[in-house]
Amino acid sequence: MSSFNLKVGAAVTALVLAAILVPTFERPTVRTEQGGFRGTSMGSVENPRLRAQVVARNQVPEAPEAADNDGDRASALYENVQLLGDLSNAQFLRLMQAMTEWVVPQDVRDAGNGCAYCHNLDNLASDEVYTKVVSRRMLQMVRTINNHPHVGETGVTCYTCHRGRAVPAEVWAAPQLPQHGLQAQTGQNRVSRPAGYSSMLVDPFSPYLLRDENIRVISGTSLPRYNTTSIQATEGTYALMMHMSSSLGVNCTFCHNSRSFAEWAQSPPQRVTAWHGIRMVREVNMSYIEPLTPLWRAHPNGPPEAGAPLARLGPMGDALKVNCSTCHRGVNRPLNGVPMLRDYPELRVIRDGPARSAALVPQ
Amino acid sequence: MAMLSFERKYRVRGGTLIGGDLFDFWIGPFWIGFFGVTCAFFTLVGVVLIGMGAAWQGTWNPWLINIAPPDLSYGLRLAPMREGGLWQAITICAIGAFVSWALRQAEISRKLGMGYHIPIAYGVAVFAYITLVVIRPVLMGAWGHAFPYGIWSHLDWVSNVGYQYLHFHYNPAHMIAVSFFFTTVLALSLHGALVLSALNPPPGEPVKTAEHENTFFRDFIGYSIGTLGIHRLGLFLALSAGFWSAVCIVISGPFWTRGWPEWWSWWLNLPVWRG
Repeated sequence: MSSFNLKVGAAVTALVLAAILVPTFERPTVRTEQGGFRGTSMGSVENPRLRAQVVARNQVPEAPEAADNDGDRASALYENVQLLGDLSNAQFLRLMQAMTEWVVPQDVRDAGNGCAYCHNLDNLASDEVYTKVVSRRMLQMVRTINNHPHVGETGVTCYTCHRGRAVPAEVWAAPQLPQHGLQAQTGQNRVSRPAGYSSMLVDPFSPYLLRDENIRVISGTSLPRYNTTSIQATEGTYALMMHMSSSLGVNCTFCHNSRSFAEWAQSPPQRVTAWHGIRMVREVNMSYIEPLTPLWRAHPNGPPEAGAPLARLGPMGDALKVNCSTCHRGVNRPLNGVPMLRDYPELRVIRDGPARSAALVPQ
Repeated sequence: MAMLSFERKYRVRGGTLIGGDLFDFWIGPFWIGFFGVTCAFFTLVGVVLIGMGAAWQGTWNPWLINIAPPDLSYGLRLAPMREGGLWQAITICAIGAFVSWALRQAEISRKLGMGYHIPIAYGVAVFAYITLVVIRPVLMGAWGHAFPYGIWSHLDWVSNVGYQYLHFHYNPAHMIAVSFFFTTVLALSLHGALVLSALNPPPGEPVKTAEHENTFFRDFIGYSIGTLGIHRLGLFLALSAGFWSAVCIVISGPFWTRGWPEWWSWWLNLPVWRG
């Protein structure tokens, strides 16, 4: 082969490589925010063009006109109102309307079956449609969340997670790992979307967001000789942290000074919020989502009026559970920090009803 | 000062880029030249400024001295001396001294009738430094993105910059740079071991020649790059390591703002296996 041919070949290869690789990058200008003393490189780096898209995806829908608080209470007007009995009739109906728009799929609403998604239309008080039982438990969950230090005064509504869908778009379930071959899968060495497309654990959630295993692998001493955690636990911890980063659209230095991940005194205050968030998600998954599994097992594709089937269970038959992404969707304050709850004071007066575990058995 | 026997041969005039004969003289063994003067000036001012920063900071512990760049809010403007202006002045001195030194090397190369290998090699290191403290900060819009001058503080900076992109080992240019660094070390260790072995034969045996060295590697890996080639290879590996280091940091921020693992989506989405 002549050297001319070699040169042409090299030029063509270089052009093809450039055509593939150059478009994979971003470009200046970038927007940065300082998060610590100058020169420490704490803080954020973001692409304003990508950020604008994320912000646009997280807009709050317009709130309906506020309802007056006069007249008899819902508990006196309707039967079997267990949690919302302290609302006025107007408030009660306004909330029912809002919940329908937040949670019931668009095609069901368009077909005029919005109420029937959760109610027996012949007897609205009846609990026979399982989704009504689920909704009641979800209202209790909303009450718990809105009293949690993680959400503060911003608060949440059903829309914060559901966004007009019966099952929130961002949920997780135990993955189905192939269990054949010489070595069973450990969930490592495959592309993990939760772990920011790295090859760390594909399921960083079960140990830390469904159980309460320690998220603590950094050595407490300058030399790591007394560290008793494992590589697995370390990868799990880092995978969970990558999930938190990508869910919130932030980097590690948003919550940590990497000169010591463990030390609270050197960490930005956001780390406290995140700490509460982990506890909140655990409580949501353990106390509210997981106990509803029998109902979803009995109705794996949703209620009969649901229109197109929508899976209620993961590939391993477990419930679809909550992680940071379920609310955050790429922004560090869900719905861009708009305090949506303020427009729905009805959600502030949910009663602290019993868990009603008996009602959770499929009927 | 005494002059080595062969040294007079190299004490020839000419080869200067600036100043003609004006600075073309020696002080003791050191040739001066125009860029020798500027290099000494910038070095002196820079070191005095670092001392001033240490005095302001109130520590003379060499590990802890920290001269930090300005807050991001100053953008690409000048900052007050105690709020990052000192860092800016020291950066000017450092670049002045480094570039002077490279140009002085070029003048000496001309004087001796050599190629420019040495100033080019040194220039790659200077380029990496300038990438960190000028090119990337300008692309990101603030001097505050440069690293602080301090032994511990710059390490903290490196760590935090890495974690701003979640997992820096997935940075493709970082991968290439690290590979070149390790390959440089491998080549140097093979070369060093080979030379030491050839020059230190067992008692009673003569020192070995280049042909012995070639034979060893032809026997060992089927190929010997040769006595001249190993130095060309070493230069290429070392300069590539420095060059790709500069690339890996300049793409972090200006040309990628997310976690580096996510950059590989293009690979995961190649039509061959996207499925």
